[in-house]
Amino acid sequence: MNRIFLLVPLLLLTGCGGANWGWYIIDPTTTTGWNNLKFLASGAYWTIALSLTAICFSVVIGLLIALPGLSKHRGWRGVNRTYVELVRAVPILVLILWVWYGLPVVSGINLTIFWAGVLALALSDSAFQAEIFRAGIQSVARGQYEAAQSISLNYRDTMRYVILPQAIRRILPALGNQFVYMIKMSSLVSVIGMQELTRKANELSVSVYRPLEIYTILVVEYLILILIVSAGVRWLERKMQAAEQ
Amino acid sequence: MPDADTAPLISMQGVSKFFDEFQALKDVSLCVKEGERVVVCGPSGSGKSTLIRCINRLEAHEAGDIVVDGVTLSDKTLDHIRGTVGMVFQQFNLFPHLTVLENLTLGPRRALGLSEEEAEARAMLYLERVRIPDQANKLPRQLSGGQQQRVAIARSLCMEPRILLFDEPTSALDPEMIAEVLDVMVELARSGMTMIVVTHEMGFARKVADTMVFMDKGEIVEIGPPEQVFKAPKSARFATFLNQILNH
Ligand SMILES: Nc1ncnc2c1ncn2[C@@H]1O[C@H](COP(=O)(O)OP(=O)(O)OP(=O)(O)O)[C@@H](O)[C@H]1O
Ligand SMILES: [Mg+2]
Repeated sequence: MNRIFLLVPLLLLTGCGGANWGWYIIDPTTTTGWNNLKFLASGAYWTIALSLTAICFSVVIGLLIALPGLSKHRGWRGVNRTYVELVRAVPILVLILWVWYGLPVVSGINLTIFWAGVLALALSDSAFQAEIFRAGIQSVARGQYEAAQSISLNYRDTMRYVILPQAIRRILPALGNQFVYMIKMSSLVSVIGMQELTRKANELSVSVYRPLEIYTILVVEYLILILIVSAGVRWLERKMQAAEQ
Repeated sequence: MPDADTAPLISMQGVSKFFDEFQALKDVSLCVKEGERVVVCGPSGSGKSTLIRCINRLEAHEAGDIVVDGVTLSDKTLDHIRGTVGMVFQQFNLFPHLTVLENLTLGPRRALGLSEEEAEARAMLYLERVRIPDQANKLPRQLSGGQQQRVAIARSLCMEPRILLFDEPTSALDPEMIAEVLDVMVELARSGMTMIVVTHEMGFARKVADTMVFMDKGEIVEIGPPEQVFKAPKSARFATFLNQILNH
């Protein structure tokens, strides 16, 4: 685990700062420090819930957008291109603000902060997800479609039983990266008041005036989350590779 | 029931196929009767694959008519015709993520609506017919090339087609595995299956073919019973071709 060593310079840096650091505010041996730490970590639940829910939606939307992109008909491919180009052009932060402040006005739908965050993250990510699926599906050999056709499978069964199982194995690493990306982007949902890791850090930081320590903890929190996720993805990859042997 | 002696099971009339500007099939006509075994040979690029791929519409032809079992092939009748025609590919095209048994039961279950038990019973029947019932639970990559191709044949048979198309079924195999696949095909031929086989295995052609077809540049140049066309090729092109493959 090389990545663990990334923590070393970080810890050195924090140690060398000497008197300028005010670690007492998160010293777990004191009641205040312990409470502050608990307050910071309590955002983890929403960060995880937000990114997990969003990635699930974005995978489904991504697949639904990828399929017309593979059509023989130009019209369907046009639908795919338009969606991908449009959604990719909007910055995530802007999309979050628009879904939270704009969508209720134009549609009358009032989402909770959580679901507004999920929707914005999922939409934004779905364009990338669609491209990943398209590439994965295209990498499955043409002979697989022909074999499926020659045993009379329809489009749905061909996709479901023959093409997608093979495509998903191939795009799993990319999906894992996308999940890591989603965890990072979920921090932006703090701007509309989602009580996730970043928001908690912001709130504590304004009340105790120790931004350096608090944001350092925040960095470490994301680092730990993402290291766990990447380890999980690599484990899955290895398992898949072993199954391919 | 059409009379087997008069009504052909497959009838191609004036079929043409273009890939952009390039004409891969030029006004090809061919009739195949029920139970007839046709072997198609010809140089690379002559249109052999295209010919048989048009019969189950893996390629759509642009001109002419293809009638299978009394039904004219079009996008509307495609489902019916795919149910009548099976195909075996040069590269096997087994589904690599499914076991042998799952490869065989997928079509019967999803396309024919058989129950799991019925489909598995049918799969085992045809695995025995291609002589590898003991490999049912392996993945394709755990089998030799010859075994994989026999699984592919069994997969087609599980759909109980009336016609089987073979596109160079032994060309991707190591020499020592060709015989095991050809044996299975000979047996199939003996059982009365209607077959169109693209192959350069002339021993197989002599043994089972009722009709030899020689193609060149998208046309059927020579057609007839094997004894006749092998002994006295009418065209110089076929004579040269035979010389090449028999003395290579
Ligand atoms: N999808 C395609 N797009 C463009 N041209 C094609 C396509 N498929 C085949 N062709 C062309 O059509 C011609 C006939 O091809 P076909 O595959 O039927 O030949 P073949 O007789 O089966 O040859 P081989 O012995 O190499 O398999 C070739 O010139 C080939 O380049
Ligand atoms: Mg060919």
